[in-house]
Amino acid sequence: MNFELDKEQLMIKKMVSDFAQNVIRPRAVDIDRTAQFPVDIFEQIGELGLLGIPFPEEYGGAGSDTISYAIAVEEIGKVCGSTGLSYAAAVSLGASPIYYFGTEEQKKQYLTPLAEGKALGAFGLTEPNAGSDAGGTKTTAVVDGDDFIINGEKCYITNASFAETVIVTAVTGKDDRGKNIISAIIVPTDTDGVTITSNYDKMGVRGSDTAEIVLDHVRVPKENLLGDPEKGFKQFLHTLDGGRISIAALGVGIAQASLDRALEYAKERKQFGKAISSFQAIQFKLADMAMEVELARNMVYKAAWLKDQGKPFTKESAYAKLFATETAFRSANQAIQIHGGYGYMREYEVERFLRDAKLLEIGEGTSEIQRLVIARQLLD
Amino acid sequence: MNIYVLLKKTFDTEEKITISNGIIEEDGAEFIINPYDEYAVEEAIKQRDEHGGDVTVVTIGDEDSEKQLRTALAMGADKAVLINTEDDLEEGDQYTTTAILEAFFADKAYDLILAGNVAIDEASGQVGPRLAERLDIACVTTITNMEIDGDIVKIDKDVEGDVEKVETSLPLLVTCQQGLNDPRYPSLPGIMKAKKKPLEELEIDDLDLDEDDVEPKTKTIEIFLPPEKEAGRMIEGEPAEQVKELVGLLKNEAKVL
Repeated sequence: MNFELDKEQLMIKKMVSDFAQNVIRPRAVDIDRTAQFPVDIFEQIGELGLLGIPFPEEYGGAGSDTISYAIAVEEIGKVCGSTGLSYAAAVSLGASPIYYFGTEEQKKQYLTPLAEGKALGAFGLTEPNAGSDAGGTKTTAVVDGDDFIINGEKCYITNASFAETVIVTAVTGKDDRGKNIISAIIVPTDTDGVTITSNYDKMGVRGSDTAEIVLDHVRVPKENLLGDPEKGFKQFLHTLDGGRISIAALGVGIAQASLDRALEYAKERKQFGKAISSFQAIQFKLADMAMEVELARNMVYKAAWLKDQGKPFTKESAYAKLFATETAFRSANQAIQIHGGYGYMREYEVERFLRDAKLLEIGEGTSEIQRLVIARQLLD
Repeated sequence: MNIYVLLKKTFDTEEKITISNGIIEEDGAEFIINPYDEYAVEEAIKQRDEHGGDVTVVTIGDEDSEKQLRTALAMGADKAVLINTEDDLEEGDQYTTTAILEAFFADKAYDLILAGNVAIDEASGQVGPRLAERLDIACVTTITNMEIDGDIVKIDKDVEGDVEKVETSLPLLVTCQQGLNDPRYPSLPGIMKAKKKPLEELEIDDLDLDEDDVEPKTKTIEIFLPPEKEAGRMIEGEPAEQVKELVGLLKNEAKVL
């Protein structure tokens, strides 16, 4: 048993932290206010090799591990939830499925530019009528000669407006029991018939791009099918298991930032002639926040470690996501409370933490779905 | 070109310094590459990329100094040398450091040695110039620009905010000032590759030195924190009265006039 990060992990933490504090933090307020996706920051994130952390060098990655990836998400999340979310989605949802399930050719062609940071990827799963119930997917892909013809609509797709490829899930047939077979297909976003619009006005993570995709007779070659045609559903469940670790890490980042701000403010703010940090009411809040942040981070590291060891991690990643994102929400909420009236003002940033944290309890599987995932693991 | 960088680890600038029993408390403190040495690492990498050769980063320290060396390797340096004095030396000063480095460079071929202008901990700024003197090579301190053309080196040197243009030749030792460059972040692939780069560990014994050879020439009498800054005092009244009171206070209370 060893609770220490190794040298590379420490170095990655320091590098990402320096980059986040110096480059992203000064922009965070503006990114939220203008709801503009910070393209230039993502170019730098790409140049630093952060988009390729968990992928091998042969596909343009850095050959590092999931723990390092979680550390990077946390450090970015500490300063900007929007950038953190887009970063996590680019790696976990845009690139990872190609690494897990792609053929050698697909990895070379589609994963390499993503891992090298030269392009962003997206994952098109959610539809207007298929959220947590991904089995309800309506988008179809019909074989026509050597091609698929895809028709349908996707919504709430992170990064799609800036992505060069979208992995789209679509119904490709029915199995023996009459259930839909869902497959995943790589669709370059410049293909005819692909329309991507981003008109959402969101509560939080406002600088992260969220888009709607309309697929109208989109023709892609059959070799763009990702992985096993029969197991598209299982594949994206596996993808989401991995994605949960990164969303959990983002939660830890927001929770830690909430604690840091609250602690700093509590020591400075004076009422009744004393720093408010000398009051037990404030101390209890700070103690709870610190404890929960630490517990959440440990769970994230454990889930990441299990994944790196090739061991099952479905239940643990659900624990991590559920606990860390709810911790983020509670911590941000308490940080506002400790700040009092000031906390309600944008300038103090903690209200943004709360708005950003709320998304984490919904995206990539709601808290309720996490509980179902955990219960299923217990009962099966 | 054989390029060497002298690197020191220092307290993270965010760290709060505490003293117990006359010694600076190091337990649990975060250490970083001395910020001025980061300019030296960056400049070494840039000069190597332009003129070819190898960058070797050298530090005198303890086992934990490996972290800063690995960071320099991750930024792009080729090799690192750790001269570990943890078990051999109780204390040291600039003389100690210079003597060890002189012995280290005795059998080395070097064209360019870069160091930080000062280390932010003890801020003596002595090791670079003293080493150049011992090695009998040219030395320019506080550089803000450097162009190498063959053996000729053109340098901008910061002199209290003004620029002095200096022309000199290799071999050369320079110390790096803020403004020389913008040190890069170590990239992810850089961090992973740093694992496989050579890091040699030496002790003073390997340099044929004894503890006596490097015994410090100075003695530390006392270490103390600067007095805490007290709240300022507002002087009120008409300008003429204010001036009078201020002069009086500077003379009688602060005793600086």
